[in-house]
Amino acid sequence: MTPTIGGRLQTRIFLLAVIGSLWTLLVGPLLPRPDGASLGDVYVAAFKVLAIVMVVGLAWELLYHGLQQFRWEKDWPTLYGFLTGINEGLLAWYLAIALGLVEPAIPTSAFVVHFTTTWIVTWLWANGPMRVVFLRWRFVGGRIV
Amino acid sequence: MDGNETITFSRRAAAPSAVGAGDLTDALVATDYWTDQMVADAGIPMIDVPFVTVGGGIGSFVMVDYLRIAGVAPEKIKVLTQLDKPYEAYAHLCRNSQIPGGERLRSDSSACPDNIWGFPAYAIREAVAEKTLKPLWNVFTEPVIKDYYTPRAAAVFRAMDREAARIGWDRYLEKGQVRMVRRRAGGGYFTILTPPQGTTRTKRVAYRSLHAHIAVGYPALRFLPDLQKYRETYNDRTRVVNAYEPHEHVYEELRRRPGVVMVRGAGIVASRILQRLVDDRDHHGAQTLILHLFRTYRDRPYGDRHFGLGKRPARQGWAYQGFNVTKATWGGQHRKKLLTLEGEERKKFINYIGGGAHTPNRVDWKEQLKRGTMQGFYRQAVGVVEDVVPSEDGSSVVSMVRGKDGTVTEFPAKFIIDCTGLEGSPREHRLLADLLGHSGATTNPSGRLDCSQSFEVRGSQSPPGKLYASGAATAGSYYGGVDSFLGLQYVAQRIYEDLAAQGFCKRIGPGRSVSEWMKWMRNTPL
Repeated sequence: MTPTIGGRLQTRIFLLAVIGSLWTLLVGPLLPRPDGASLGDVYVAAFKVLAIVMVVGLAWELLYHGLQQFRWEKDWPTLYGFLTGINEGLLAWYLAIALGLVEPAIPTSAFVVHFTTTWIVTWLWANGPMRVVFLRWRFVGGRIV
Repeated sequence: MDGNETITFSRRAAAPSAVGAGDLTDALVATDYWTDQMVADAGIPMIDVPFVTVGGGIGSFVMVDYLRIAGVAPEKIKVLTQLDKPYEAYAHLCRNSQIPGGERLRSDSSACPDNIWGFPAYAIREAVAEKTLKPLWNVFTEPVIKDYYTPRAAAVFRAMDREAARIGWDRYLEKGQVRMVRRRAGGGYFTILTPPQGTTRTKRVAYRSLHAHIAVGYPALRFLPDLQKYRETYNDRTRVVNAYEPHEHVYEELRRRPGVVMVRGAGIVASRILQRLVDDRDHHGAQTLILHLFRTYRDRPYGDRHFGLGKRPARQGWAYQGFNVTKATWGGQHRKKLLTLEGEERKKFINYIGGGAHTPNRVDWKEQLKRGTMQGFYRQAVGVVEDVVPSEDGSSVVSMVRGKDGTVTEFPAKFIIDCTGLEGSPREHRLLADLLGHSGATTNPSGRLDCSQSFEVRGSQSPPGKLYASGAATAGSYYGGVDSFLGLQYVAQRIYEDLAAQGFCKRIGPGRSVSEWMKWMRNTPL
């Protein structure tokens, strides 16, 4: 990927708001849930986690963009885009616990399944199908508008 | 004015006159704007078509592909070319510079001249075709763990054959050599084609179009001045060769008899040539001694703080970069910055992102040269060549090289292979030179065709028609790597967008893009 800062932020919002949401709707019924919790409760918690990843992700993007400046090619390798899921996942998990979203609302296992699969799905989407829907996207640093 | 509007042509003017002989007249050659009557009086038949692309290579191909996907009817397009296949000229250069079909190009997986979306990229297609995960692992881990994935030349050509069949490429082709493109009084252009002898009633045919597109590739081979002088002075085109011209005799002779070969240049082509020379040693018993002459010897990373942090890696003479320009030039920060620069600053920045000799980092090449250095069959020298002359007995070519310390050393070699590149100067190309002389085109600070951000040739507008250009001739414009696959795709997109804004074609929004992509996937003919 060869993002600009504007492209990073727009892509992040699109991926999580659209692809992440669709995936959350799909995967929600399969997530482990505590006794007595309804599917609705799981959805509320999962979407809140998604919102955390998106909002905090905007700050992450600023950091990544800063790091990108030290790269000769000013690119962001596909592998980095994948592996940054680790640091982002850990921070999101910490925040989700602090906000009471994980344990008790949903168990850690549900968070792990939801976050990991969402990260992979959005990453895969950004590395292929995104270009089909938005023809200019790859040539304008990841900007959508 | 609506760009889709048809220019009105008078029927009377379109009919060839009995006066002329169907060839260019002095009056036509000397006149910048042609009227229909002038062309008719010369007896040159006129064919009306809204969009003409000149060249018929990969630049024309990608452009036509875009327009067809954007809904332009086939009868509205003509491709004026001498080529049977869009990759013909490119494949010729590849073969000469030692990239036969099975070898890999220096091109990104998603730079797909056969697919405007770049998806599925070549790595995915290779993984499916060969039932292997290797290419996928490669693109997943590049350039952090693995070197960049690059497609095999033959795979790209096969993919272009498929797309050519899908869009009916052959039906647009009109064979011949294009002599000139001139503006038409009243709007649009005349493109003069010289068809193969005996195929038409007249020597020339005029294509009268609303828009024209020029994608004629590299105007000429570039030789280093001292080598050019040698070739001209001694009329010797056997011992001093350019890597892009046929030079198989060099390898054949070196396989027959041991000899010294001097390689000049430190870019991708030099890497390829060195690989061929070492392969011949490894597999065909050649005893070649390779002398590699560097003008600029890079042994530590370098950059320019004025344009940003980060340094281009360099080691043992070579500078390393994955592709011809930095990756951010394709669509990222460097592309964005380039759009804001003018004049000399733009030229300097283009030099920063892609200038100077550099080559991709490849493990196999490094291994060969390391082995060559240890075994003594690969030697490096640094300096500026002062003169190149034949040896006294005529059996070799002697290069006089001035080193950093000022001393001049003589290096005799059986052959010299110039790997320094292709020339893109428009003045060396008849058609482009004519554009500069008669159609209002000018040159940019890099000496190539000056183009707008939509790759319209500045100064050549003929309202409501526009003249566009792609490829090497537009280097120095608002995009780096214009002569790469991805660059051709980018430029075609910019031109398509400009044409869509004028109403010439449909917009490819998300809906159309997805539906057209589905057609591509199913190989549905357009």
